[in-house]
This record gives sequence, structure tokens and C-alpha cells, in this order.
Amino acid sequence: MRRFSAISLFREALGGHETWPRQWRSPEPKPAYDVVIVGGGGHGLATAFYLAERYGLTNVAVVEKGWIGGGNTGRNTTIIRSNYLFDESARLYEHALKLWEGLSQQLNYNVMYSPRGVLMLAHNIHDVQSFKRHVHANRLNGIDNEWLSPQECKEFCPPLNVGGAMRYPILGGALQRRGGTARHDAVAWGYARAADARGVDILENCEVLGIRRAASGRVEGIETSRGFIRAGKIGVVAAGNTSVVMNMAGVRLPLESFPLQALVSEPVKPAFPCVVMSNTIHAYISQSDKGEMVIGAGTDAYTSYSQRGALHIATHTLDAICELVPMFRRLRMLRNWGGIVDVTPDRSPIVAKTPVPGLYVNCGWGTGGFKATPGSGDVFAWTIAKDDPHPINAPFTIERFRDGVMIDEAAAAAVAH
Amino acid sequence: MLLIKCPFCGPRPELEFSYGGQAHIARPKDPASLDDESWAEYLYIRSNPKGLHAERWRHIHGCARFFNVQRNTASDAIVATYKIGEEPPKPVDPGLEEWSSRSGAAL
Amino acid sequence: MRYRLPAGGRIDRSKPLSFHFDGKKYSGFAGDTLASALIANGAHLVGRSFKYHRPRGIMSAGADEPNALVGVGSEEARYTPNLRATQIELYNGLVAESQNRWPSLSLDFSGANDLFSRFLPAGFYYKTFMWPASAWKKLYEPMIRRAAGLGRAPEAADADRYTQVYGHCDVLVVGAGPAGLAAALAAARSGVKVFVCDEQDQMGGSLLSEREATIDGQGAADWLAQTIRELKSRTNVVLLRRTTAFGWYPHNFLGLCERVTDHLGLAITKQPRERMWQVRAREVVLATGAIERPLVFPDNDRPGIMMAEAARTYLNRYGVLPGSRAVVFTACDSAYRAALELKSAGVEIAAIADVRSAPNGRWMERARAAGIDVRPSTVIAGTYGRLRISHADLARISGGTMGHPETFACDLLLMSAGFTPSVHLFSQSRGKLVYDEDLKAYLPGTSVERERSVGACRGVFDLGASLADGFAGGLSAAKALGGTAAAEHKFSVFAQSLGRDGFIGAPPSGGKSRRTRAWVDFQNDVTAKDIELATREGFRSIEHVKRYTTTGMATDQGKTSNMNALGIVSQTLALPASQVGLTTFRPPYTPTTFGAFAGQSRGELFDPVRKTSIHEWARENGAVFEDVSLWKRAHYFPRPGEDMHAAVRRECKATRESVGIFDATTLGKIEVVGKDAAEFMNRMYTNAWTKLEPGRLRYGVMLREDGFVMDDGVVGRMSPDRFHVTTTTGGAARVLALMEDYLQTEWSDLDVWLTSTTEQWAVIAVQGPNARKVLEPLVHGIDISQQAMPHMSVQEGHICGVPTRLFRVSFTGELGFEVNVPMGYGRGVWEAIYAAGREFGITPYGTETMHVLRAEKGYIIVGQETDGTVTPDDVGLAWAIGKAKKDFVGKRSLARPAMSRSDRKQLVGLLTVDPNIVLEEGAQVVADPSEPVPMTMIGHVTSSYWSVALDRSIALALVQGGRARIGSRLSVPIPSGPVTVEVVQPIFYDPEGKRLDG
Repeated sequence: MRRFSAISLFREALGGHETWPRQWRSPEPKPAYDVVIVGGGGHGLATAFYLAERYGLTNVAVVEKGWIGGGNTGRNTTIIRSNYLFDESARLYEHALKLWEGLSQQLNYNVMYSPRGVLMLAHNIHDVQSFKRHVHANRLNGIDNEWLSPQECKEFCPPLNVGGAMRYPILGGALQRRGGTARHDAVAWGYARAADARGVDILENCEVLGIRRAASGRVEGIETSRGFIRAGKIGVVAAGNTSVVMNMAGVRLPLESFPLQALVSEPVKPAFPCVVMSNTIHAYISQSDKGEMVIGAGTDAYTSYSQRGALHIATHTLDAICELVPMFRRLRMLRNWGGIVDVTPDRSPIVAKTPVPGLYVNCGWGTGGFKATPGSGDVFAWTIAKDDPHPINAPFTIERFRDGVMIDEAAAAAVAH
Repeated sequence: MLLIKCPFCGPRPELEFSYGGQAHIARPKDPASLDDESWAEYLYIRSNPKGLHAERWRHIHGCARFFNVQRNTASDAIVATYKIGEEPPKPVDPGLEEWSSRSGAAL
Repeated sequence: MRYRLPAGGRIDRSKPLSFHFDGKKYSGFAGDTLASALIANGAHLVGRSFKYHRPRGIMSAGADEPNALVGVGSEEARYTPNLRATQIELYNGLVAESQNRWPSLSLDFSGANDLFSRFLPAGFYYKTFMWPASAWKKLYEPMIRRAAGLGRAPEAADADRYTQVYGHCDVLVVGAGPAGLAAALAAARSGVKVFVCDEQDQMGGSLLSEREATIDGQGAADWLAQTIRELKSRTNVVLLRRTTAFGWYPHNFLGLCERVTDHLGLAITKQPRERMWQVRAREVVLATGAIERPLVFPDNDRPGIMMAEAARTYLNRYGVLPGSRAVVFTACDSAYRAALELKSAGVEIAAIADVRSAPNGRWMERARAAGIDVRPSTVIAGTYGRLRISHADLARISGGTMGHPETFACDLLLMSAGFTPSVHLFSQSRGKLVYDEDLKAYLPGTSVERERSVGACRGVFDLGASLADGFAGGLSAAKALGGTAAAEHKFSVFAQSLGRDGFIGAPPSGGKSRRTRAWVDFQNDVTAKDIELATREGFRSIEHVKRYTTTGMATDQGKTSNMNALGIVSQTLALPASQVGLTTFRPPYTPTTFGAFAGQSRGELFDPVRKTSIHEWARENGAVFEDVSLWKRAHYFPRPGEDMHAAVRRECKATRESVGIFDATTLGKIEVVGKDAAEFMNRMYTNAWTKLEPGRLRYGVMLREDGFVMDDGVVGRMSPDRFHVTTTTGGAARVLALMEDYLQTEWSDLDVWLTSTTEQWAVIAVQGPNARKVLEPLVHGIDISQQAMPHMSVQEGHICGVPTRLFRVSFTGELGFEVNVPMGYGRGVWEAIYAAGREFGITPYGTETMHVLRAEKGYIIVGQETDGTVTPDDVGLAWAIGKAKKDFVGKRSLARPAMSRSDRKQLVGLLTVDPNIVLEEGAQVVADPSEPVPMTMIGHVTSSYWSVALDRSIALALVQGGRARIGSRLSVPIPSGPVTVEVVQPIFYDPEGKRLDG
């Protein structure tokens, strides 16, 4: 792997950038691997990287039906934070956040992790109570999260409509200063390059068509559009397509796949300093380094694999954005797209062994998987390598639904009265 | 916004409806007789196919009735709508049927 | 206006307009765009590019413009960045400014970036700025951010309004060029309802710039005028100008954005600025035309380098000469037409360089006959001129090698690589695109929706063929609707064919040296070399190339660049273009204003406001309101000088000591009726209902099927077959939906009817030891004595002459009633009760006091003590579970192992050892406050208040194994230090319940 640095960039510039090597190879599939990861998104590539980097497994392939990072990794609004309520989630996301903090250096790839602060807005008394509960729990868990008054929200994010006429006025907010954003594509490419350098084969345009199991029930390998590939272990990290892939192994999961939309404005000069989230009115906004306002919407009502959603969902989100930041009403939508998010009944992920020996699954990240990418990859790699979950992902089993041990962050914020 | 044909009222925009999840999952007659696995399967396991999906919708801002829809989740094209209690007009994708018959739930 | 012709074009020379660009005053005419007016004044330099801040001019004449982006608006509340000068209709007093430059457009210090461009190749930022790690946030990123972005966001709230409308039509025709108009004619004559939309201020598309073609014996302009007259005269046609079809959503649902007032400029109008149309069309005819492609040659981005058809548009439509001496570089015939027309208008054509080795046919003959120097197999090897092109080098290519370049002076360079059909909407509709090798373009394949493409957007370019194609499309759409199609029409067109030649990628050039750059994406500064670098580094999927280089990601979304990028990838990887594929088309077709999406949904109209019939009384009496779901609820009633705490103390005291009055109207209400009503209730709620006597009330708990508490409320049995069910305020719709779900889909055999009655009943809670005394004189036909009407009973009768369902119920722990009256009588009855209560000092109280009073009694609030992970037993409601019932919603789930573990969080009371400390709700409970972070949290405070009745603080909490900890001490660490608390029973006031009877 040619090291990236200002010096290497300078040297190459003198030579017209003619000798940059490929960032990752495009190998032919080997007949067999110790581990095959299904799904070349951020989580899958991170899993492969940590398998090689931390757990010494280098005879690993990542198979991707399209191009790496082309699913939710390349479609999300890149919000990173760890201020979750329950201990289980907080540990998982905080593990990821700590890895984000050194990721550019570890991968030698600038993933542009930008701790600009994530401000979650409260619009009613119930929100206030819920966020304060988060703040208290986070503090005792050693996770930064602080309560801001409306005026402090305005100071931290001056464009916000604080004190103006709003149907649901801003009553305050919970701020995680270490939260922020990262450059989504760079995460996929950085992990791919670093994994490739450690011997991992990244097989793009390689669609899984079947999962072959031995009479014992154990996995034997995968049938793909590029032929049969023998695998000692298989880790499925297929996000919205997980149900489809796991069905091939005869495993049905508590998952549903929904469209999730996002959009960007045309780029403008810096005008929005942080990430603002409002679960109550469904608005998620930050400004990218390029200058676009990156805006997330809520999920559509129905399950779908079409990677697009309804106009009224995007519209509803822009209603909220225009209320939160009335000067953005004249900005223009440049591009609107959809991803497929896989959602579990408690909206927390599954990172676990499955009933099929040699088959592991990492799914159910719903609308918030990007932030977990490094941590998810690390603990999933552990789980595969040791055939036993890491303490951090041990609670995120499939069986928790059978037993009623839910990790329901969303319900904990649900509104009633 | 989908255009959904309510079997009682005719075609109406999606905004008039609420989505009700996968169809044809009957509540067990005697839940107490089920073991935890089977009960969890009823509660949580969904086929979530990429392809033909039988699902429930309710014409909440219309006749308020539930009915079933067959929709292709890959394209969002609606294949058929029919009343609760009626048989699905199209057999589900044979591939899917095969999956569901040979697959056990993971729970 | 030095470059304005004395006559011609569609501008109105009788209406001169003045405008400012970058502080300088210019003039133009009505009918101009900002771009045409600037060119008329000889101003070609209008912007700077994104990355290298290269000087840029006007390249096109429409929505595809990558360079000429300006900020418009003389007042901040109407300032709009990033608008295309080519689409801005000129008005008197228009103020525009260039963007992304400092201190001025002609002297931009960031232009230095261009000197260092070789250190800034595609993706350079992924390779550097990593050392030291902390510098990214503090130094590098702020620097990059300042350099990036185009225009600036407005700094004042938008002063304009926007609106939305739903449209329904039989045939929607998108695009009113020749093919679209012909389609509209055919559909309209067939009698179906037709919408025609076009993004421009005038309909006509390419016909607006047509000079020599004739249709049915008339000049193009005359045919256009006649056609529009005919369409306008038909009542079944709606013509939408300035209306962009920006998005195609499933089931023939299209989003259209109509710009209503921007072109009126400063005129005061009551109209909304933009109107969003959401159109459901039974059939759609796409006639979206085609976009001319630039050629990729060294330094092809200087001001004065322009698309050939754009030059023709400026000439013919606006009467403007885009230069005085032009070099033409082409790969197709249409540029010859442009050259000939410009020449006849007085522009000197220095030469035509044609990349084709053997251009042939009539166009070349005509050019040569006109004395133009035509050079086949010739490319442009370089250009010169800082703020405007001054020279171009032409070089002949033979056998793959380039001859010695010859330099031509020029102030204009026209280029054309052919046309890219606009398949954006077709692709959004999920129709598959098919690559046409001849045309070097993707064309619509099989339709997925009820759609047909006609004319240039499916590669039918010649005028006659396009008209015929459009007409046939319109007829077939009408036929598909089952209508009687109009008569066929054969257009008789005189126009010389333009052929179908085209080129994608980078033509051979002398640009192999390290210094030359040939732009592919002009706005984002992506050059051919950037794309080659991306492929060299392994970015081979076209989506990867796009994301790594940012080609096609600018505000034009690759309208001019995508096909050339694809061509270069194809050349570099030696793959057929059809295998390289295309990036996905996404809405919107052109950038669309956020405000148009939001429409009327702003301020109070953001969400409906629900108000009770007592709301106005509360407002008049000084209530402060809180939002609870859509409702406004009176939070507290401060008197002058009181803050919330003071008001709540007073309200609590008055209610405990005498009587308080509370508006409980927002509680959800559902009437459950039918012979099987009791059985239905048995199945929906945890409680047993069969034995509840008519006239009695019971507190009911509803679970989700997963066993967690979903809602609660008091239920009255009005008669054997009728229940009056109440729910939480926020849960009403959810509860009814769940009930309907089970009733319709699982238990349709039950004879039960459900009706939402939330809006039917106003509910007035009268609570306190004097409650009965207040109500007694007002009721008729109801004996509300303790004997006749015990706690948890209901009677029907009259109050103040109004029918009522009178509940004897208490959420305060005091003697209490809830008076249900028809909603319209709510305020009248409230005022009557209030008047009757005067002698007892009756005090209106809000939700905050209600919360305190119920917390003193340990009554839970669903959503506060519960959070979706709480079972009935967790919150001490095991008594509400009908033990004998075989089944109810959620029962089976309660039997799961984790649902009955002894270390579950259970509801307890907490008393701070220091009675003056009021804990913060949400604070966490620990056993060992000295444990280092991360601490073991065993619970949290769900409710916490100052209790006037107890003259101390109280709190409710969910604590692991809480009931077994009663009597022990725990700790609540808050930032200032741990607070010691005693765990007690979750009831603080009147544990025996004696006060319920007054």
C-alpha cells in the first residue's frame, strides 16, 4: 500500500499523478476463503479489515453485488454520535466513536471525521424529559452529552429559529460535542484499501445467489454470479437485503426493509455549523464540506426494495427544515434519493451468531447504522473470529426477541400522555 | 405517492391509507399453547421479500376498512387488492414459497 | 448593448429594462434572460469555477448551464444564490452578483488555486490533511469549507409564500417543444384532459430559436403561435409555463414546480412565489428534448467558449451576437447550421474544425459555399485568453498523430459533440435505458409506467420526424385511455436534416502534456485527467468515478458532463460504453426550491392545532399552553407575578383544600358498542370486564401484543352493550387503530362497533373536597350523593340543562368528578361550574398541577412512568390483570422469561434525604455513588415535583428490583454531587384513599 501523505501527493504531482497504484485490487475469486463477508458496505469492509488487522484472518473475501459503498454507506446523511440511552447501545456506539476519532490515521485515508457537534432538539415537555434522561445516563456512562437551553441552542447554532413563531418551538436540546459527520465514501474506500493491503480480496459485481450448507447444517460456501466460493465462515452484512440473503440459508429474521430518503441542497458557503436532529418533527440536517445541506427524512410507511420513496415524505422533512431554519426556504433541492434500511422490532441491531453453524449476521441498523461502522466491524470481526460474541455485541442477539429482552431506544423516546 | 385501489372505495392516493404490515399472519387461536419460539415467530418474523408481498392497508381516511394488497417490493407496483378473508389473487412467488417451506425461523 | 442586433428575436424592444450585475448598471429588453442581456452588453465573464476559481463565461442557454451561476435579489429576505443566468428572466431593477470570488470577479485571489492545480487532483483530500490529527477540525476543514460552496445562503427569513396544488389529468405532456406540442395537439383533439408543462417562459422549445424551417407552409414562429392559440382555445387543456416537471414518483405521480412571480421582479403581487403541482396523470408523454454536449479539449472552459446551439439561440431568440469572430469545433452537423446563421448575421467564422474525418452532406457544402474554412479531421489543441478567449490552436489529426497547430484569433468558440437525449424523467420512472451506438447516447427502452417518450428525448432529432413522433405519441396516449383518437395529421416540414452524428469522451488532442487540462465537468472542475486518475486508482464503476472525481455532482447534475465522463472511462478501460453504464438519475431534474416543497406548511399551519371548546376561556384567563401531540393544553394559569412553580403550588393547594377545575377534554374517547362489547374489551385490555356493572367505572390497561404497556384510561360501562372508553391524549388514534385492527382482521365475528368520540365530548374535571358541593346545584336527574354515586361510577342526566355523562373519578386523590358534555357546550358548562364554584374559591389548574397531584398519589402517566419497555407489573399494575382470563392482547408475551425477572425495573417512590432538593426528571439512580465512570445505573427518576401537600419534594422512579429495596437508601448522582434518597412506596399522600370520598 502506497502511503498517502502530503509528501506522496507532492511527489506524484510532479510526475503528473501517473504512478498512483490501485487503491484496491480487483482479483478473481479464489476457490476458498476462511471467511467470506457478504456485503461490501462500510460495515462489511470494516469487518474484513478488523479480521485481518486484529484477529489475524487474512484469507478473507468481501463479496459485493454492485460497487462497494453503494448501498446505505453511500446514501446516508453521515451523522455520528454515541449519546444513546441504554447501556448496551451506549457501549456499542461509544466503541465506534472512539474508533472514528483515530480512523483517518489508522486507515491512512482521510475519512474527514468532523466532530462538529450533534444537537438534538426538544420541542415539547416530553422531549425535554427524555433528553435529560439521556444526558444523565450518558454522563454516568462517561459519554459527553449536555443539555442546552433554547438560548444556548441559538448560540451553538445561530441559524436556528429560536424564539420565532413556530408550531413546535425549540425548548432546548441535547448536545454531543464529539458527535459530527464523516465522509461516507471515504469510509468504504479507506477500509477497502486497508483491508486489501492486508490480503483481503474485494470482489465487486459478485452477487450471492445461494448459500450452500453441508448435511451437518454447517455452511460450505456461497453460489455467486462469479461461481461457487467455498467458505469456512460466512458473515452476512447486507443491510436492506439481509432478509433476502439469509433466506438462502434458510434463516428467517425479525426484519423489515423500508425506504429511507435523504436529499441535499445546492452547495453554499458555510452557513450551518453543526448537525441538528429533530426526531419530533423529522428533520436531520448538516452542511457537508462541499457546502451542500445534507438532509435526512423519516422512513416511508411501507416495506420496499425500490430505493426510492414518496414525494410527501421528502416534503414533510422540508416543511420541518424550513421551520427550523427559515432562511433556507430559498435554497434548492439538488438531489433526492432513497436507501433500504432493515429494521428490527426494537430498532436495535442484531450482531450475532445464527442457528446455522458458521453463519453470522450483522443487520438491523435501521436508520442509524453509519455511525456504528467501525465499532460494528470490530465486534463482528471478533464474533466471527472467535465464534463467540464480543462483550459489547453480546446483548444484540436474535434470541432477545424470543426472550423479551428488548433494547428499545425508540420506544423509550415515544410520546404519549 | 402510491395509488392504491381500495376494494370498497376505488383508487385513492396513499395519503388516505395507513400501512398495516405483512398480511395473512393469523393470531394464534390459543397463544398460551405456543412455546416461546413459536410465539416470537408470530410476533416478529416477517418474510420481507424482495418481490411479491402480501400486505395489509387500511383506508383510514376513507371507509376505515382494512384490506390486503399484493405489491412488488422491488418496483412498488401493485398487483392486486382484495378484501380481508379473501384468497390472494396471485400465488406468491414460487421461489419465495420454496424458501418459506424449507426455512425455519431463526428464533 | 453593443452586441444587440437592430432587429429580430423574440424580445420586446419597446420595453427597455435596466439591471445591475456586480454593481454595474446594464440595460436589456423584456424577453431577455440575464444571460442574453449580459451577452448583448459584451459581458461574457460571469462566474468562477468551484475548485480552481477559473474565470467562466456563459456556456449554454438553458437549464444545463454549468458556469453562469449568480446570486439574485436586492433585499436579503429575497436573495437567492446559485441561479442560472440562462434561466433568469430579466426584469427592471434586477440585481445580480457573481459568486465564489474575492475581491472581485475579474481579480479573484483564490484563482491562485489554479496555479497549484496539479497538487489538487481528484480526491486529493482523501490523501492528505491527516497530520496532525487534530488539525483536521481546527485548520484543514474550515479552510476547505471556506473555499467550497458556491453562492452564499440568504441570511434573512424568506419573505415569500409558496403554495401547492394537486392536479389530475388524462395526459400530462412534459415539454412544449415541437414534439410536445404535437403530442398535446393530438391528445387535445381527442378530447381527453391534457396538461402541458414547460420549464421556459414561452412554449416552443427549439422552435423559439428556429430561423429557416417551415411547418405546414408557415414559418416555425407562426406555426407555434397558431398551435398555442389552438391549445389555449380548448377547454380540456391546461398550459403551464415556467413549470418544471422535476420528479417522477411511483404510479404516474409527478412533481411539477411552477415559478409564479420571480419574473415579475419587484412588482408587488399577492401571488405565491412558486406553486408545486403534484400531478397524477393517467398517461404521460415525455417530450423533454435533448441537451447539446460539449467537446473535451484543452482549456475548453474559457469565457467565450459556448455551445453552438446556445449561440444560435442568442442570435435568433434574443437578437444578440455572442461574439464577432468565431472558431467552431464540432463532431456533428448542427454546428454548421449555427455557423451559417451567425455568419449571415455578421459574425466572422474563422474556421470550422470537424473531428470527423469525412464530414459530408449538404451542411458542409453549404458552409464551404458560404466561404467558411471547413477542416475535417481537425481538433482544437489549445486556447488562450484569461478572462475571454482570444485565440485557438487548430491541429489536424492523421493516423493518430497530430499536426502542427495553427493559431486563430477569435472571441468566440462554438462547440458541439452532438446531443444527449434528456432521459432524466424516463429513468426516474424506472424505465430501462438502452445504449445507441450510432447516436452515442442512452435512449428510453421499455416503459415501466404508463408513459411514452417522443421527439429528441428518444433520439428523434429532425423537426419533421419529431413533430410526427409527438403527434403519434399523443394519439396513442389518448387511445390507451379508451378515447376516440383524433384524426391523423401529416406534418409538411421544410428543414434540412441534421444527421445523427455524435461524439463522447475526449477527442484526440495535444493535451497529453502534463500541463494541459480538458474540462469534463465545468462547474466542479473535473478534467479528463481526473477521470483517468480515478480509473488508474481502481475506481472503475461509473458510480465510483463520479463520487471520486465529483463529475456530474455539480448543480447541473451532469447534464453536460455525464456522457463525456462515461466516454472517457470507456476509452481508458477499453470497455464498450454500454458496459460502463450510467449513474442513476434522481429527482429533481433541476434544483427545486425548498419553500415550494414546504408550501403552506409553515408557522401555525405546520401541523393542525387541536383546541378544546374551553381553550379560549383558558387563554382569556392567562393560561400558558403546552403542546401534547396536536393538542394545545393549558399547562398552568399564572397570576400576575407568578412563575410556573408559584402558580402550580397555588393550584395544588386550592385543589387539595377546596376545589379545582381542569380541562380534560383532550383525553381520547372511544365508544365501544355491540352485543359482544364486553368480550371485545376482555380481549383488548388486561382487565376483566364481564362483571363490571353498568353504571360503574374501571381503570383499564392496554398492552401491545409484545406485552409492554401501551395505554391506559378509565372505562365506563354505560349499559350491558356499551362502553365509554377513555385513552391518553397522545394515544387516542393508536388505540383506536389497534382496536380496529383486531376487530376487523382477527375477530370479525364479534358484534362490535367502534366510534371515536374524542371530539364529541368536552370533559371538565372538578376535583377537591368541595367538588360535590359545586356540582350539586347544577345537575338534574342525577343523585351525586356519596351513597348514590360512589367513587368509580357513572350516571347519565343533565347538567345546566345539557345532557351529560357524569363520571365520579379522581386523578388527584380527592373527591372528584369528570363532567362529559357535548363539545359545543363545553365552555358554557365550564363557566357555569366556575361561577358556582366561586364561593369555594374554585381554581382552574393545568397539566402541571394535574401531574403533581397524581404523582403524590402514585398514579402513573403512560409515556412518563412507562417508555415502551415497561410491563404492568413493573409499574405496580399487576392487580389490573384479569387473572382468570385465558387470553388478551399481550398476555402471552408476559409469560416470556425476561418479562418476570425479579431484577426488572419497578416503580417506587424516592424521597430525598434533604427534603428541599427536587430531583431532575431523568436523573439516574445508582447503588454506589463512589463507583468510577462508567457507573452501574439501576434506575431513573420518572417524575419529580415539589409537593405542597407534603411540604417537601417527591419523586417516582423505576429501579431494578425496586420493591425489594423499599426502606433502603440509594443515590442519584447529579453534576453537583450525589443526592441520597430513600426508597419508599410509590404513594405519598393519603395512602388509605380516604380523601376520595371527600
